Amino acid sequence: MNTTAIDTAPPAPSDYFSLTEAPPRNGTLLGFWIYLMSDCFIFASLFACYAVLGTEYAGGPTGADVLDLPGLALNTALLLVSSVVFGFAMLEMQRLRKGAMLGWLAIAGLLAAAFVSLEIHEFLTMIADGAGPGRSAFLSSFFTLVATHGLHVTLGILWLVVLMVQTLKVGLNEDNVRRLRCLSMFWHFLDLVWVGVFSYVYLVGVVR
Amino acid sequence: MLEAMPHRAAIWNFLFGRLTLNSLPFLANDAEGHILLVTLAVVVIIGAATLAAVTKFRLWGYLWREWFTSVDHKKLGIMYMILGTVMLLRGFSDAIMMRAQQAYAFGPHMGYLPPQHYDQIFSAHGAIMIFFVGMAYIVGLMNYIMPLQIGSRDVAFPYLNNLSFWFTFGGAMLFMVSLFLGDFSMAGWLGYPPVSELQQGPGVDYYIWGLQLSGVGTLLTGINFVVTILKMRAPGMTLMKMPVFTWTSLATSGLIIATFPVLTATLFLLALDRYVGTHFFTDGFGGNLMMYINLIWVWGHPEVYILILPLFGVFSEIVPTFSGKPLFAYSSMVYATIAIMILSYLVWLHHFFTMGSGADVNSFFSLTTMMIAIPTGVKIFNWLFTMYRGRVRYTVPMLWAMGFLFTFTIGGMTGVMLSVTPADFLLHNSLFLIAHFHNVIIGGVVFGVFAAVNFWFPKAFGFKLDEFWGKASFWFWLVGFWVAFGPLYILGLMGVTRRLSHFDDPSLQPYFIVAAFGAFLIALGILTFVIQIYVSIMRREAYAVGGDPWDGRTLEWSTSSPPPDYNYAFIPVVHHRDAWATMKNLGFARPQGGYNDIHMPKNTPTGIIIGALSFACAFGLVWYIWWLAVASLLGVVVVSIVHSFNYHQHHHIPAGEVSRFESVSNQAAAQGASA
Amino acid sequence: MKRLRSVLLLPLLLLGGCNLVLLDPSGDVARQQSDIMIITTIIIALIIVPVLIAIGVVAWRYRASNKQATYDPHWDHSPQLELWVWAGPLLIIIAVGAVSWLGTHQTDPYRALDRIAPGQPVPADVKPLEVDVISLRWKWLFLYPQYGIATVNEMAAPVDRPIQFKLTGDTMMDSFFVPALVGQVYTMPGMQTILHGVINKPGEYKGFSANYSGAGFTDMRFTFHGLDTQDFDAWIGKVRAAGGDLDLAAYGTLRKPSRAAPVRYFARFDADLYQRVLNLCAEPGRVCKGQMMAADAQGGEAMQGMHAHDAMPATGAPTSAAPAH
Repeated sequence: MNTTAIDTAPPAPSDYFSLTEAPPRNGTLLGFWIYLMSDCFIFASLFACYAVLGTEYAGGPTGADVLDLPGLALNTALLLVSSVVFGFAMLEMQRLRKGAMLGWLAIAGLLAAAFVSLEIHEFLTMIADGAGPGRSAFLSSFFTLVATHGLHVTLGILWLVVLMVQTLKVGLNEDNVRRLRCLSMFWHFLDLVWVGVFSYVYLVGVVR
Repeated sequence: MLEAMPHRAAIWNFLFGRLTLNSLPFLANDAEGHILLVTLAVVVIIGAATLAAVTKFRLWGYLWREWFTSVDHKKLGIMYMILGTVMLLRGFSDAIMMRAQQAYAFGPHMGYLPPQHYDQIFSAHGAIMIFFVGMAYIVGLMNYIMPLQIGSRDVAFPYLNNLSFWFTFGGAMLFMVSLFLGDFSMAGWLGYPPVSELQQGPGVDYYIWGLQLSGVGTLLTGINFVVTILKMRAPGMTLMKMPVFTWTSLATSGLIIATFPVLTATLFLLALDRYVGTHFFTDGFGGNLMMYINLIWVWGHPEVYILILPLFGVFSEIVPTFSGKPLFAYSSMVYATIAIMILSYLVWLHHFFTMGSGADVNSFFSLTTMMIAIPTGVKIFNWLFTMYRGRVRYTVPMLWAMGFLFTFTIGGMTGVMLSVTPADFLLHNSLFLIAHFHNVIIGGVVFGVFAAVNFWFPKAFGFKLDEFWGKASFWFWLVGFWVAFGPLYILGLMGVTRRLSHFDDPSLQPYFIVAAFGAFLIALGILTFVIQIYVSIMRREAYAVGGDPWDGRTLEWSTSSPPPDYNYAFIPVVHHRDAWATMKNLGFARPQGGYNDIHMPKNTPTGIIIGALSFACAFGLVWYIWWLAVASLLGVVVVSIVHSFNYHQHHHIPAGEVSRFESVSNQAAAQGASA
Repeated sequence: MKRLRSVLLLPLLLLGGCNLVLLDPSGDVARQQSDIMIITTIIIALIIVPVLIAIGVVAWRYRASNKQATYDPHWDHSPQLELWVWAGPLLIIIAVGAVSWLGTHQTDPYRALDRIAPGQPVPADVKPLEVDVISLRWKWLFLYPQYGIATVNEMAAPVDRPIQFKLTGDTMMDSFFVPALVGQVYTMPGMQTILHGVINKPGEYKGFSANYSGAGFTDMRFTFHGLDTQDFDAWIGKVRAAGGDLDLAAYGTLRKPSRAAPVRYFARFDADLYQRVLNLCAEPGRVCKGQMMAADAQGGEAMQGMHAHDAMPATGAPTSAAPAH
C-alpha cells in the first residue's frame, strides 16, 4: 500500500481508535454451526467405514436378514415429527410465550426419547439373535454409525431437559434464547444425519 | 498371593482393574527398569522441589487465581508454550535414547534397549513431538498473538479456551503416566493395525485416550479461533488487511476443524476394536486395516500443514519487520496459504503409494502432492523478495528465519523427490524419509517456534531475550540438525529402513555415530535455550523494553509489553495493512483519557475440573477401572450442567483502573519509542 | 544416463565409499525407478540451487550495515515478478509431474515386464519365475509353485528372467523390499499385492521388511540370490535335497512368532497353502474368506458352506478385498 498518498497531518486519535465501547459481537451461533460441521466429519468417517465394510458379512447375517423396516418407518416418523415440533417451540419462543414453548419442547423431547428407546430395543433384539457388533465388519460399522447418532440424540435430550429447567428458573433471557437456538440447530442436524442413515444404511442395506 | 484369597482379588479387580504391582516397569531388574527408576527419581525430586517451592512461597492461590482458572488468551498461550517445552524435553530424551541405541547396537552388541522397549520409545517420540510439542507450541502462539493482531480483547469463547488447554494437558499427563505405570504403545506414532490391534496391555490404550483428550482440546481451539477471526476483528480490518500470521491461523484452524474429527472417529473405532471386539481393522471377520491407514492419513497429512502454516505466518511477520519493508506480494501469500490448505486435504495417499493401488491412483496423488510445492515455493520467493532492497537486521529471530529458509528449502526438495511415485517405491519407510520429515518439521516448525519465541517474548514479558545465548542456541540447532540428519539421508540411499533396533552391517555404524553426535549438538541447542531464558530473567531489568522493541508492523506492537488484561484500552480502528507501521508513519497519538469500563470474562475453575475428570475417566478406561471411568464421566456431565447455570460469567474493569494502568504504560511506550 | 549417474555419485562416493544401493541397483525395474529419482532431483535442483544461492546473496547484500545497497522501504509488489514467482515453480512441477506420471505407469508393480534391460525385450520363450511370498511374524516364506519348493528367509532367482511375485501377509502388514531388485510393496493379511521385477547381475542382495510389524521386525531379513541359470537349478536341487514337507501342520508351527529365524528349505508344500493364507484359513477350523464372500454374495448364512474356497480368483489386481480408495 502506498502510505505517502495520505495526508501528512497527524491523524486524530478517533481515526485509529474506537473511543466508545462497541457492543460485543456474539459468535456463539456461528461457533456452534462450525461445531456441527466438524461433527459432520465424524459421521462422514463412519459413513465411509460403512460404505467399505457394509457388505463384509463374514458369513453372518446380511442387512436384509437383520434390519427391521417397519420399525424403521416408525422410528423415522418419530424423529421427523420431533423436529417439526421443535420448530413449533422455536416459533413460540420468538413470541416469548414461555409456557407454550416448554410444552412443545417437552413433546419434542418425549418423541426423541421414544426414538432412542425403539433403537435400543432394536439393538438388544439383534444382539440376542447373535447379530451383535462383534459378528462381522458389516455389523460393527452398522452398530457404530447408528449408535453414534443415537448417542447424539440422547445427549440432545439431556441438553433439552437442562434448558427447560433453566428457562423455568430464569426465563427467556438472552443466554437461554441463544442456547435454545443452538439446540434447535443440533436437533435439525441430527434429523438430517438420520435421513442419511436411513436411506444409506437401512434402505440400501436391505436392497443389496 | 491374590489367588489364595479370591474375594480380595475380586475387590482388587474392581478397585484397580488390571493395574497390579507388575504394572510398575521401574521395578523390573533390566536396563529399561533402571532407566525408568532413575527417571522416576528425577521426576519425583524435581516435582517435589517444585511443589515445595510453590508451597513455601505461598504461590498456590496465585497460580490458581491467575493461571489455572484464567480465561485470558495470553496466559493460556504462555501455559501452552510451557507445556510444549516440557514435552519437548520428554520427546527429545526419547530421541537421544534412539540415537544412542542405533549408534551402539551393531553385530554382537544388542544395544541397551530390547525391541519392545525401543518400539515404545519411537512410538512415544513421534506422538509426543507432534501432539504435545508441535501442537502445543502452535496453539500457544496462535493463542497469544492472534487476538492481539486483530485488535481484540480475547477470543470468542474464553472459557472454552481454558477447557481446551486442560484437555490437552490431561492428554499429555496420560502420556507421562504411561512411563511409570504399565507400558506405552509399540505401534508407531500413528498406531497402525494390526500391531495396535494385537498389542496386549494398556500401552495402545494410553495412546488412544491421550490423543482423544488432546484431540478434543485441539478441535475446540480450532472452532474458537475461526469464530474469533471471523467475528472479532477490529473495525476496518477486512480479511485482506489481516496480518499474515492471522491468515495462517485461520487456515490452520479451518484444517483442524476439517481433520481432527476424522482422527477422533478413527481412534474411536480402534478403541471399539480393542474394547468391544468389533471388526473395523481386524484381520478376519471382514475388517480392513487399509481403512485405518486411509482414515488416519486423511487426518495425518493435513496435520503436518496444521503445524507448518502458523510458522509460515511467523516468518511472514519476522522477515518484513527485520527487513524494514512490507511483506512482498501480500495477496500472493494469502492465496498461497489457501491453496496449501485445500491441497493438503487431497494428498493423503502418498503416505502409502506402496500399498498396491493402481498406477492411475498413485499418479493422481503424486501430482496433487507436487502441486503443494508451487504455493510453498511462492512463499519462499516472497520472503526472499521481502529482504531484497531491505535493510536486514540479523537479530536472533531473523537468524532463525534464515536458518529456516535454507533448511526448509532443502527439505522441500527431498519432499518433491518422495512425491515421485517410482522414487517413493525405493525411498518409502527408509531413513531418507525420516531425514526428510525431520528436515521440514525441525527446519520449519521448530525453527519457527524458536523464531517466534525470540520475537514475541518481549511482548509477553516486557524484556528481551539474551542475544548471545540465543545465537548459541541457533547455531547448535542448525549445525546439530544437519549433523544428525545428513547421515540419515545417506543411510536412506543405502537402503536402510526405519525403526530398526539392531544392525548387522558394521559399515553403517559410522553414520549412526555421527547422527548421535548431531543429536548431542541439538541437546546443547536445547540447553542453551534454557540458559537463554534463565539469563534473560536474571537480567530482566537491563533487558526491559517498551511496547515496540523491534519496530514492529502489526497491531500487537501498539499496546504495552506485557499487554494489560484487556489488551487495548480502546479498540483500534484499521485502515491499512501493517496497521501499526502506518500509524507510526503518520505520527499518530495515543488517546490520553476518556477511558470506559471494560467488559471482560471472569475466570472459572470449570475448565481444570473437567480436565481433571476427563483425565481420570481416561485413566480408568486404560486400566479397566470401570467405576472410575463411569463416575468421572458422570462428573464431567454434572460439572458442565452446573457451569451452565452460572449466567454471570463477565465482569467489568472500571474506567479508573484502566486509566491508572494506561498512564503508566503510556510512559513506558513513550520510552520504548524513543529508545 | 550412465555418465550422469557417475557424475552425481562422485561427491557421494567421497563420503566413504558407501554402497548407495538406491542410486546403483542391479535390477532393471529398480534401476528405472532410480533413474526417475535422479532425473526428477536434477529438475528440482534447477530451481532449488539458484534459490539457495539467491538467499545467501540477498541476505549478505541487504544486511543493515551495508549502506551502499538500495533501500526501498515501500517496494512490496511487482506484477511481473509475481507472475514469475508462480510460473517458475509451476513449470518445474509440470516437468517433474510428467516424469512422475510416465514413470509411475512404466514401473507399476502390477504391470508385467516387457523388457529385462534397456533395449532387451523379454524373450518369447521365457516364462516369468513365479514366487508366492508370505510375510510371517517375523520371517519370510517363499513358495515356488513352478518348482514345488518353499524356503524361509532365503530366496533366489535366475539372472535376466522376469519374476512375478504374489504377496500376502499372515498376520502383520509388512513391506517386501529388495532394494537392489525392485521397489517395495506391502504385504497385507487377507489381501494380495503383485510385484514384477528382474535381477540383472549375479550376486547376494539384502532383502527385508520395510514396514514395522512388531518386536521381531528388526531381524526380518533375508538374502536374495541372483544366480546364473545353472546355479539356480543347482539351488533348486539343493532345496529339494534338504527334504521337508510344508503341510498345514508344519505351516501352523512355522507361523508362530519367532525372531531371527534361520534359513529353512522345504522340498514340497501344500498346493493350496498360499490361497489358504490369503483367505485367512490356514489355521485349522477357520472358514475361508473366499467361502464366506461367495456365501455373502448368495445371501449370507443360508448359503454358508456351499462354495469351495477356490472361488477366489488367483491373479489380477488386489483381489480378495479391493483397496479402500
